[in-house]
Amino acid sequence: MRWLALVALVVLLALPAWLNSYAITVFIFIFFYAFLGQAWNIVGGYAGQLSAGHAAFVGIGAYASAVLSAQAGLTPWLGMLVGGVLSAGLGTLVGYLGFRFGLRGFYFVLLTVAFAEVCRIVALNTDAVGGALGYYITFTGNPRQFQFQDNRAYYYIALGLMLVATAVVAAIERRRFGAYLIAIREDEQACEALGVNTFRYKMLAMVVSSFLTGVGGTFYAFYLFSLQPNSVFGIPLSVEIVIRPIVGGAGTVLGPILGSFILSPLAEASRVYFGQGGWAGAHLVAYGLLLIAVVLFLPQGAYPALRRLWPRAAAR
Amino acid sequence: MAPGGRGPEVRVPASQGVSRLDAALIAQSLLSGLLFGGVYSLMAVGLTLIFGVMRVVNFAHGDMMVWGMYLAWLLATRAGIDPYVGFVLCAAALFGLGYLIQRALVGRVVDAPHEMQILLMLGVALVLENSALVAFGPDPQRVRSPLRAATVWLGPVFVDVARLVTFVLAMLLTLALYLFLTRTDLGRTMRAAADNLYGARVIGADVGRVYAVAFGIGAACVGAAGALVSPILPFQPAGGLGLSVASFNIVIIGGMGSLPGAFLGGLLVSVAESLGAVFLSPSMKELVSFSLLIVILLFRPAGLFGRAAT
Repeated sequence: MRWLALVALVVLLALPAWLNSYAITVFIFIFFYAFLGQAWNIVGGYAGQLSAGHAAFVGIGAYASAVLSAQAGLTPWLGMLVGGVLSAGLGTLVGYLGFRFGLRGFYFVLLTVAFAEVCRIVALNTDAVGGALGYYITFTGNPRQFQFQDNRAYYYIALGLMLVATAVVAAIERRRFGAYLIAIREDEQACEALGVNTFRYKMLAMVVSSFLTGVGGTFYAFYLFSLQPNSVFGIPLSVEIVIRPIVGGAGTVLGPILGSFILSPLAEASRVYFGQGGWAGAHLVAYGLLLIAVVLFLPQGAYPALRRLWPRAAAR
Repeated sequence: MAPGGRGPEVRVPASQGVSRLDAALIAQSLLSGLLFGGVYSLMAVGLTLIFGVMRVVNFAHGDMMVWGMYLAWLLATRAGIDPYVGFVLCAAALFGLGYLIQRALVGRVVDAPHEMQILLMLGVALVLENSALVAFGPDPQRVRSPLRAATVWLGPVFVDVARLVTFVLAMLLTLALYLFLTRTDLGRTMRAAADNLYGARVIGADVGRVYAVAFGIGAACVGAAGALVSPILPFQPAGGLGLSVASFNIVIIGGMGSLPGAFLGGLLVSVAESLGAVFLSPSMKELVSFSLLIVILLFRPAGLFGRAAT
């Protein structure tokens, strides 16, 4: 397994030398969504607290670093940490309110959606950050400002983000913290009865997850150069973040990556394929059918299914 | 109303603040909100019925409503059937759709973990939304109805006849659903399955069929709501998500699984949004319902009319 991972890493590092710019863009999205999915995986997959408002953390991180860069001249390399801390602040608030009052399942889903929607509406109505027109970043191509002429720089940054988040998740899984989170997901009451402070560990999971997601916001801002409240805070982005780890296998280290490698290229390919015929929307019909098929045929996600097919390699 | 234009009903531009608001404007927005609330109630009643009976959250609820709207539009433009009559057909079509979706898909995940149910329903929502996009295109539509322009003045406030008719029909449908659940065998079985699934199985209830009918009725409610609101509210395929979220808000505020809660929650949220549009700004009106939702979730997660907590 370790060898396989090493080979995959070398291939991914070498790949940009052969890829054209369009293929690089596809890979950037695979890595970036895998990163966001991995961050979600900590609280949603391991701890089983289904946040459907992770777009709020992306949005806060994105707006924070973009505005700080334009108004205060702070380089986004530091701004990304500020964005992460601000997102973690919101994550703390949402987590505190939700966990303190014992909201579970669908109630927690809606609490997170509501907070993200409040952020979206506030951003839409705040003229200082562009309001409904959105916030635009002027392109300078200056690497100190997190701007690059060459797409390949974004490729390596997105790859790095994905690897860092995966390392964090792998470290969590190996520690007692990870075991607690899984126990909370499987049976919170039993876990509490054994003396685990479940509130504390759920909060910790939320903080780590929202911090990482907020850091990702900077990448979003300085890769796309425009922030629209309806996209960066919107429910569709939250859904995109959530579905990759679930499809790949929530609560597994490789699930979000696998999910992103499955869904992102399929979404892109079907968009291109159906887009040619002028059938706007048909690719999302196919995407929806795929999600339904995953639920019916791979109810635990792709990674656990893969492990059953190939038990020796996964034995580590 | 044209953008930036001032229709006769807006006497004071909202941005000028509370100081210049007169009582009539507040009364007007209260009334409009209440009348529109009938639609919200019907949407929420459909959602809460599905949740109450099988503990599945219908994330495709708003997209089903959009299909109800487009069916009303098809009936009006192709067959000349007014939506205030055609809503019956829309409800019937959506009943069939809901029944099939439950039988083919949802029935398989009733006992699955939450995230799998959510993923499945998100898939259904994507298929419904985007098949509407393929079929009808992205542009907003509105159904023309002769009732649309009619208004009746009641002293200082006017009553929009379309909204009034919508309100009355929505009330009647909710009442009919209530009678169905309390007075018919199938309705009683449905409540039994919701209260105690094991017990319902023991007495020999065909739970699969009960679930499918419940999902069908939930979809029919929102299909009728869509048809009824189609002359008032412009609609487009992308609008389903917002409608789903609005239904979720109302159902949580009223109490998940509680029919009276969904009904009164619909009226409450609609009035609150209508007032919010006057006191804040029209684009901030959603903020009111989300704030209400957060407060309810924090202090009374069972909802205003819900029974036990989560």
